[in-house]
Amino acid sequence: MTLLSIRGVSKRFGGLQAVNDLSFDVAAGSIKALIGPNGAGKTTIFNLISGSLHPDRGEIVFGGAEIQAMSSCEVAVRGMVRTFQHIRLFPKMTVLENIMAGRHVHSRAGFIAGMLSLPFTWKEERRIRERSFGIMEMLGIVPHAETEAVSLAYGQQRVVEIGRALACEPKLLLLDEPAAGLNMRETNEMGRLISRIRDMGVTVLLVEHDMSLVMKISDEVVVVSYGEKIAEDRPLSIQKNREVIRVYLGDDEC
Amino acid sequence: MERKHFAVAGFTGLIVAIQLATRITGTEYFLTQLTMTAYYSLVIVGLCMLIGYAGQISLGHAGFFAIGGYVTAFLTTWDLKSNHGAFVSLLERSGALVSRQDVYGGNLLTVHPWLACVSAILLTVVVAYLVGGPVLKLKGHYLAMATLGIGIIVYRIVLGTEFLGASDGISEVPGFPLPGGLVVTGDSSLRISNYYLAWGVVILGMVLLLNLIHSRVGRALAALHGAEDAAEAMGIPTARYKLHTFVLSAVFASLAGVLLTHFNGGIGPSEAGVMKSVRYVAIVAIGGMANLWGALSMSLVLNYLSLRGYFGTYDDAVFGAILILIMLFAPDGLLRRHLFSDMKRLFSRDHAGEEAP
Repeated sequence: MTLLSIRGVSKRFGGLQAVNDLSFDVAAGSIKALIGPNGAGKTTIFNLISGSLHPDRGEIVFGGAEIQAMSSCEVAVRGMVRTFQHIRLFPKMTVLENIMAGRHVHSRAGFIAGMLSLPFTWKEERRIRERSFGIMEMLGIVPHAETEAVSLAYGQQRVVEIGRALACEPKLLLLDEPAAGLNMRETNEMGRLISRIRDMGVTVLLVEHDMSLVMKISDEVVVVSYGEKIAEDRPLSIQKNREVIRVYLGDDEC
Repeated sequence: MERKHFAVAGFTGLIVAIQLATRITGTEYFLTQLTMTAYYSLVIVGLCMLIGYAGQISLGHAGFFAIGGYVTAFLTTWDLKSNHGAFVSLLERSGALVSRQDVYGGNLLTVHPWLACVSAILLTVVVAYLVGGPVLKLKGHYLAMATLGIGIIVYRIVLGTEFLGASDGISEVPGFPLPGGLVVTGDSSLRISNYYLAWGVVILGMVLLLNLIHSRVGRALAALHGAEDAAEAMGIPTARYKLHTFVLSAVFASLAGVLLTHFNGGIGPSEAGVMKSVRYVAIVAIGGMANLWGALSMSLVLNYLSLRGYFGTYDDAVFGAILILIMLFAPDGLLRRHLFSDMKRLFSRDHAGEEAP
């Protein structure tokens, strides 16, 4: 079953055709990787899918509904949550508070209820706290619960950011370079974590430069170059694809 | 949770102690300025919520204060006796109007203060929503300039409108009767009850805001203040939350304007002036931005000193200078949110060092 479908999407910035007539599907329950040389338009594609940008042409269908005109907030409410290439944790908030903030769409206390501290908000807060601790346990970050999130080591900040996204209980998790800045051990742990998340029933779409990670964990890979799709296949076949090899080696020579 | 209650109890104790001190020293006339300080503090804590917690600046809050003050002043002094329209008689029959004597003994038929107060708040909410919607899309300097524009517009309107008294403002505003025989008025026989009433309103406002910052909404505001794009990506409707906080702080300012106008018996255009808005922002800044208690205590001290005339003719200059100095040397404010916890950590670390073998 297809969870996310990109259909003929194009985006132009002035004279630059950043994404050109791109189409691919993401099957529910799979890990799909989006790869390509620097400047291929991967981050633009991510921003188009997550609602930070809107395509000039084409449709993006998520869970049966067209979402290309929605804001990133509306997209998140529908169950698609992203992480950022440059980690965007909430500063001046603890790890616990960061993850609790991720429960926003699954709770409802508003301004009036909050100001009056109505009894239902206490129960709700307790539930938010319990769920957040559950997520921190799964990720092994409970000891850091009361630490300011942005003061953690880089690798742990990435884990917290993924935890915050998981607190939203997404159907689709978008990971923008989850292994960037991680050492080899941390990258391996990240790979295992992403596989575990998929096994929990969360579909994952990731952009990544670390090819060994991509080849190890992905069910399918899409390769883009200059905003166009040049290949889409299983990891083993992608590694043998002539066009893909040409694009990557051509980039490496300079 | 408990620390919050301690702080509220402690502040209440301070308010009682100040009143007792004026009683013992026979300086009860100070209570008049202290009551006015309370109402200005209501503006400050509302603005602190907007600036410190939602991360949005407003240089136009004196405008919202003036909307509250002027609406209630106009409605409670506007004589409807000679007006025999159907709407007026309907209001009269429903008890929304009161008949009273003016200072010359003539009979007046005016809108009841309660109705005037509700009208003032409603108008503030409408204006804040209409203005805040487009303006809060701006950031940083642009938001500051746009809100400054709001303040200037309100100031020029009250200054240039004949029925709002132009440069004289509106005077002879009656007291505001409350249940239990309380009246918001500057009458010196009710000085003590007005003092407690005003600070009671401030403490109630503080409790509401403290609850809010420890709620789901407070967390969402802290999140959007820290990383707006990430908050949006987590499903937090950042634009709506900023707008609601803006309206909430405008209501605090407007309510303060209503009550202070009844207490003073009038309002003038200087209350809508830009320097008043700058003063409010300066006090929030010196209080530590995201620190409601800091803003409140700084407001208590600085507004009181200003109202007692300690700054003389340099009143506005003092607040301008405070703003510049704070921005230069202590952008986190003198009473930073984490100041006390930092100090505690400092001491506990020393302590741990001593115990280590």
